[in-house]
Amino acid sequence: MENALLEIKDLKKAYGEHVVLDDLSLAVNKGEVVVVIGPSGCGKSTLLRCINALEDIQGGQVLLDGQPVLRQAKNISRTRQKIGMVFQSYDLFPHKTILDNILLAPMKVQKRPRAQAEAEALELLDRVGLADRKDDYPRQLSGGQKQRIAIVRALIMHPEILLLDEITAALDPEMVHEVLQVVLDLAKNGSTMLIVTHEMTFARAIADRVLFLEGGRIVEESADPKAFFARPATERARQFLRTFEY
Amino acid sequence: MQSLGLDVLFKGKNFVRLLGGLWVAVRISLISVAISIALGLIMGMLMAGKNRVLKAMFRVYLEIVRIMPQMVLLFVVYFGTTRVFGWNLSPEASAIIVFSFWGVAEMGDLVRGALVSIPRIQYESAEALGLTTAQVYLYVILPQTFRRLVPLSINLITRMIKTTSLVMMIGIVEVLKVAQQIIEANRRTSPNAAFGVFATVFLLYFLICWPISRLAGYLEKRWA
Repeated sequence: MENALLEIKDLKKAYGEHVVLDDLSLAVNKGEVVVVIGPSGCGKSTLLRCINALEDIQGGQVLLDGQPVLRQAKNISRTRQKIGMVFQSYDLFPHKTILDNILLAPMKVQKRPRAQAEAEALELLDRVGLADRKDDYPRQLSGGQKQRIAIVRALIMHPEILLLDEITAALDPEMVHEVLQVVLDLAKNGSTMLIVTHEMTFARAIADRVLFLEGGRIVEESADPKAFFARPATERARQFLRTFEY
Repeated sequence: MQSLGLDVLFKGKNFVRLLGGLWVAVRISLISVAISIALGLIMGMLMAGKNRVLKAMFRVYLEIVRIMPQMVLLFVVYFGTTRVFGWNLSPEASAIIVFSFWGVAEMGDLVRGALVSIPRIQYESAEALGLTTAQVYLYVILPQTFRRLVPLSINLITRMIKTTSLVMMIGIVEVLKVAQQIIEANRRTSPNAAFGVFATVFLLYFLICWPISRLAGYLEKRWA
């Protein structure tokens, strides 16, 4: 079998007594789009944060390209460059213009020349329809626009995998669409993604594989999202999906 | 209407003397502010850190500064230390010590406040981009801290300039003392001088402090 791009083995994460991730294992192949759903507090966001080593872990391993991702490692900066992450609250740097937000990492971390990085930034901005906002500050943009910028900021680093952590949860409904459209385009172009979301229609449309997480464990996994959303195999997943119907 | 007593200002070098007094006041506050910013930055970073003993000590220091009237501190440092410790501090040195003692505490607390007000996620989204800890601080955290800090520390400067009016009590001839001297010296010829001269002092303080406080307001809005 071909080696997975991202491999998580028996990952354990706990805050004191409270176990958030309970020996969770998961592999994501190159080009695959994996969507993680589950009730709040099930550990899905923590899972993404552990992959990027933003959290200390209590056991198990995260491997990217077969190399362990370790929070304290000297090369953690290099590893994180291969992992793009977009957060729920966009978290652009408020003191920098849109363009400078995007250019900070390629110039300071990857030491790319400004002209070259800027050309790519403008190209990406054009792709998400925001080229004319490059000199604005984040506070001048709507939530949906900020989130598209956050995606561009991650993309310009050429990550091998993108982690999207409930990126539409803080957005007004009409802005959700513009952001998800960008993500759909990425999927079409073969990006590898691990997506945590509450948008079930979006999950069904984009996922190659769906994971239903609860209590820090994968309760159900399906390589056929259409079938999963129509008839989940477990009672727990069925209950969860029912909460989205009225 | 009676004379406003402005005429004294044009006698001899009176107006220039007033300006000289103003410079003494501004000089004391500028030196104190410089010391306060330098040491306050260090203190603020320590206060935002994890060392509990240091934090408790700074807490006590800050409370002392807030409770103690500046004038009492001036008297303690200038009159009190001379015999007990045998220090022969000049009035201006004493004033700078007291103002810095006060300023470092306030500045430290401002720096601490600005540092802890930067959301955790700003650190994380910068780290997630692959920035090293030093880069996270240099490009993301400190510029934001600085922007929150500048308007607040400018306000501290104006408060210090105003409070320098106390230092005449330990014999420093600053603008208010000069004003008094001018009024005393012309008591016979211009009995109304108190109004004109003190009003001029007010105007001078205003001319110095108002632009500074407008600048703080502008920066606050611009960087909000």
